[in-house]
Amino acid sequence: MPLLELKDLTVSYDRIEAVRGISLTVEDGELVTLIGANGAGKTTTMRAISGIRPVARGSVWFDGQDITRMKAHERVTAGIVQAPEGRGVFPGMTVVENLEMGSYSRTFKTKAEHDSTVERVFDLFPRLLERRSQVGGTLSGGEQQMLAIGRALMARPRLLLLDEPSMGLAPLVIQQIFRIITEINKEGTTILLVEQNAQQALSRSDRAYILETGEVTTSGKGKDLLADPAVKQAYLGVA
Amino acid sequence: MSAVQTVGQVMADGVIDFDIGSLGRNFWALTIDGLTYGSIYALVAVGYTLVYGVLRLINFAHSEIFMLGMFGQYAVLMLLGFTPRGDAYDEGTVLTVVYLLLAMIGGMIVSGSAAVGLERVAYRPLRKRGAPSLVFLITAIGASFVIQEFVHFILPKLTNDKLGGVNAQQPIRLVVPSVQFSVFGADVTNVEIVIVVAAIVLAVATERFVTLTKFGRGIRAVAQDPVTATLMGVSRERVIMLTFLIGGLLAGAAAMLYTLRVPSGIIYSGGFILGIKAFSAAVLGGIGNLRGALLGGLLLGVMELYGQALFGTEWRDVVAFVVLILVLMIRPTGILGESLGRARA
Repeated sequence: MPLLELKDLTVSYDRIEAVRGISLTVEDGELVTLIGANGAGKTTTMRAISGIRPVARGSVWFDGQDITRMKAHERVTAGIVQAPEGRGVFPGMTVVENLEMGSYSRTFKTKAEHDSTVERVFDLFPRLLERRSQVGGTLSGGEQQMLAIGRALMARPRLLLLDEPSMGLAPLVIQQIFRIITEINKEGTTILLVEQNAQQALSRSDRAYILETGEVTTSGKGKDLLADPAVKQAYLGVA
Repeated sequence: MSAVQTVGQVMADGVIDFDIGSLGRNFWALTIDGLTYGSIYALVAVGYTLVYGVLRLINFAHSEIFMLGMFGQYAVLMLLGFTPRGDAYDEGTVLTVVYLLLAMIGGMIVSGSAAVGLERVAYRPLRKRGAPSLVFLITAIGASFVIQEFVHFILPKLTNDKLGGVNAQQPIRLVVPSVQFSVFGADVTNVEIVIVVAAIVLAVATERFVTLTKFGRGIRAVAQDPVTATLMGVSRERVIMLTFLIGGLLAGAAAMLYTLRVPSGIIYSGGFILGIKAFSAAVLGGIGNLRGALLGGLLLGVMELYGQALFGTEWRDVVAFVVLILVLMIRPTGILGESLGRARA
């Protein structure tokens, strides 16, 4: 049984269908990527999974349960946590307060459990430790992305949704972010990643889906897609 | 007097008398009385500012929430066996404090539940339908009338004419203002001490709650970025309810404090002017900003009394609203800046 399954999912804005009957699965422990150009429906899909965009048709299944009608904030408690597009760092809160927001839905049994969760985030992103009492709005783009991912980890997600973590970042920072994403996945967290940076994403994913104008056109293993001539031409800038 | 006059002419004609001497002589007395009123404005202003922070809505019915609090605390005193009479009760300090606390809690319960009820009945259905913000504003004004007219016409029928109706309630006096000490030659009364101390306790508690607790962080998160807050597992609906509750509780407490200062003010229309002043205070401090509301309340209270001394008693309300207009013209984001979000805390 897959951890996440989208069955024939359609999501529309007014009368325009941004996502048209897509189906995909994410197995426990996998790192799966959704690749596509601007407007292909990647972010819409992520929003529907998190429940902040209503589903027109089809269904969302999580851990064998139909969650299509589940409220967004309850999905966080269930284990679906998203670091949204544009990072969504709370600009007026400090780094530490932002991290605390990440564990809003979670009750720590002991103070030690809380502290070790925070420490793990600081281990992954030492930069956040340096910036701990700075407000979110004053961080650089890379730091904000680290904070967004770290904050999502605070909830101890079973499924981590990452929407374009590389957006607007310098190549070196992108490298670093992807390394950490891989590490988080290796430690056992299932990840669904949305990316335009196909090279990085495909080479690190178990599997990938390619989304074009709201429909899945291709899917397969990350490495296979990386070698696919059509994919190469469309997404990797190789003729 | 001709129809068209310049401000200068008006002043020269003696329509407005400047009395700088009065301001100078009574400066500290005015400051103390101003801070007393200001603390009441501050508590009510928090209700406007928190709701604005999370909903971008000016809840104009908040003045009626305050008014209901005045009736709530009055009802508690009646239930405790007090009846209106000419002279004040003398129950001794300890019992008086207990009765005042009970009255305050009564006001808080009435205002708090009225605010949450108002949100449920009036605003939530609109939100579900995604109504435009103008509709919310008109609804707020409509709700304001409904609550006023309820107290005006229906409450007397429900209470055998003991509460509500066209006239103000006869005061129940538990405290006679008496001078406790002097500051720079200005007298400070027990009533003023009670009001200011209670307001400080409530304001600090609210500020700590919003800054330090998990639910407070939830409120700030929704104010800064509602979608991301939802992605963190915050229930926006619950946060909205919580802000109305906090605003209502503070308005109810403020209502009891206000009737200590103005015992004859308990009337169905008694929230209107005070509500607009508290709203002005929230704008002055920076609407959406909690500390701004507290600061704005105190400043407005003091400025109003200075203005009153300078221009005459009948100009008091004018001063408050001129301040509002000037803030909107010169610095629309208020003293401490706009939102619960961007300004820290």
